Amino acid sequence: MLKQMEGSRAVAEAVALCRPEVICAYPISPQTHIVEALGEMVKEGSLAPCEFINVESEFAAMSVAIGASAAGARSYTATASQGLLFMAEAVFNASGLGLPIVMTVANRAIGAPINIWNDHSDALSQRDSGWLQLFAETNQEALDLHIQAFRLAEELSLPIMVCMDGFILTHAYERVDMPTQAQVDAYLPRYEPRQVLDPSDPVSIGAMVGPEAFMEVRYLAHAKQMEALQLIPAYAAEFKAVFGRDSGGLTHTYRTEDAETIIVAMGSVLGTIKDTIDEMRQPENGGHKIGVLGITCFRPFPIAAVAAALKHAKRFVVLEKSMAVGLGGILAVNVRMAVTGMGLKGYTVVAGLGGRAITKKSLHALFRQGEQDGLEPVTFLDLDWNVVNKQLEREKAHRRTGPVAEALLRDVGVVGARNY
Amino acid sequence: MSFQPVKFYQTGTFTVGNRLLPPEERSVQASTKRFNSINSGHRACQGCGEALGARYAIDAAMEATDGQIIAANATGCLEVFSTPYPETSWQIPWIHSLFGNAAAVATGIAAALKVKGKKDVRVVAQGGDGGTTDIGFGCLSGMFERNDDVLYICYDNGGYMNTGVQRSSATPAAARTSTTPAVGSDPGNVFGQGKFLPAIALAHDIPYVATATVADLRDLEAKVTRAMEIRGARYIHILVPCPLGWGTAAHDTIRMARLAKETGIFPVFEAEHGEIKSVLAIRHPLPVEEYLKPQKRYAHLFGKNPAVETIARIQALADKNIRKYRLQARKEGH
Repeated sequence: MLKQMEGSRAVAEAVALCRPEVICAYPISPQTHIVEALGEMVKEGSLAPCEFINVESEFAAMSVAIGASAAGARSYTATASQGLLFMAEAVFNASGLGLPIVMTVANRAIGAPINIWNDHSDALSQRDSGWLQLFAETNQEALDLHIQAFRLAEELSLPIMVCMDGFILTHAYERVDMPTQAQVDAYLPRYEPRQVLDPSDPVSIGAMVGPEAFMEVRYLAHAKQMEALQLIPAYAAEFKAVFGRDSGGLTHTYRTEDAETIIVAMGSVLGTIKDTIDEMRQPENGGHKIGVLGITCFRPFPIAAVAAALKHAKRFVVLEKSMAVGLGGILAVNVRMAVTGMGLKGYTVVAGLGGRAITKKSLHALFRQGEQDGLEPVTFLDLDWNVVNKQLEREKAHRRTGPVAEALLRDVGVVGARNY
Repeated sequence: MSFQPVKFYQTGTFTVGNRLLPPEERSVQASTKRFNSINSGHRACQGCGEALGARYAIDAAMEATDGQIIAANATGCLEVFSTPYPETSWQIPWIHSLFGNAAAVATGIAAALKVKGKKDVRVVAQGGDGGTTDIGFGCLSGMFERNDDVLYICYDNGGYMNTGVQRSSATPAAARTSTTPAVGSDPGNVFGQGKFLPAIALAHDIPYVATATVADLRDLEAKVTRAMEIRGARYIHILVPCPLGWGTAAHDTIRMARLAKETGIFPVFEAEHGEIKSVLAIRHPLPVEEYLKPQKRYAHLFGKNPAVETIARIQALADKNIRKYRLQARKEGH
């Protein structure tokens, strides 16, 4: 059914259609609207049987989800940014124990400096946590990915993060096609756990594992993610059969058939990139041979699909809302692994950190530079060099320069007075 | 070989043992039908108070629920020594997730059971004093204030014994640990620090809070049994001497626990909804030296030049407990 609604509301309704049994909530922007909506559904009784637990921290949220999942309940929570870091120990634990928890990550920057706006630093900091990580491009895809995520997670006995851009998606009102309960029930079977805490069949879960078996246990976690590379496209195909939509899968390509330059990105920025590419491809704008590869599934990383998408191109530009400090890109490193030995030129562009707008104007200039191989190996899009250099000069001149972020804010001045 | 005088037929006690009691008054642990929830073959040290406490407590909980217990365990000695896979001592469904989240994991299990309509299956969370009073305190307080249907049992041996006897917030004043060494002008753990978690549990006004020691099996079993009659958040704090960390003989574990109670060092009480209902009275309070002297962690207080002032400060703490919890004036609780 077509509806106009906020992204968070759409995700909440999709999660509700998946019949979750235990939901844990701890407030952190920008995911709060999701759990608020679910909390209301539980309290008014429309989501029975389901327990909604207001916990005291994200660490507790994930821990409650661990307990609930181990006791056989379909478990869900949502978080972002600092919240994801605060629960990090339990995040690794949930995947290590093989518990199919589904969690929305409303992607947001990580402080310091504290910043509530969107980038992918939070989810990518947990890329090696053993969770599957799916990135939504639109609110429709965010909604659909949650339904697929429960199925995938429970089949694999692995937890899944469904990542959606904070504010850009979570707070945007868009048209979505909300499935019916019958459709979701037809797609998502009842949760049959592989392991469950049950007095009639007692098991010990979470024992100490020494060097004699630790490698093998960890390898199996890797093998399961490799298995997911087959399951994800298969479940996306089944999803299409039931719901009539292309959603999910490993990657999406757009106008890459004859592209010499392919932009690689994740999340909502793909929309801006596609618009830019459409404009560049118009004959009156020079008919640039440029396309885009969207990564929907970041973990497991779809090496073969990425290599196949890029193999006829001359170069790729990875545009990512994250940064490996001291190296460059995170997504870029993964993409480079996929194209090893293919002789492609590759560029890393760090963009949109902390909610910095990524505009078509900037992308037009960037992509043209990329096409001419005029980019540095690592580029910081729309970086204000004046502000950066001013601070570097201060630090050369004085010892006690004070806190960096505050000094930069003084240089930048009143927000609104600036043009990007 | 040392001998201890044993007094039989003390008025109002069960010192006489099981043999002379009618079957219905015998302890859970004395029954041939006990559940053996934590079975033999675990790797606890000789004389481990925690192994004993866990065995008493979980068997009593199993007895009270007809075997319908799921346990969540914090990281620590109990977790490590009970599950050296491929062997596990646990005859009950048991999960270990992390050091600091046992209470929250238990909340999750309880929520799952509620959703699934399994009202008969009950949840016990357990951890040592480090996992409870320090790293797990946030999750524990959250579980308390939400009044989740979980019995949390803390086995308090006064330090991080599993990692090599470091100080916790339950380490008593003046005690030597590897992070409060017996050196300098004020050897051992600092006075005026630390917390007594049962009092903090009381402040949450949860349905049930009790303390116990491994010296009084019947009291401990009765408290666990009572706790399982109640729904909501419940907390039992059990003093479990640690021969390794305390520097005591393995055969002195129960004696040390009894001395902790008889000196007033460790008050034993039972409370419902934030109000203390009963205490285990001390008939003739013993001087704290009797408790301190056998423990190597207090060795720096004795010897050629006893630390008289420090011992007096510890005595004052014990006296304060006796006053505060009215340990001397009242009748036995059980």
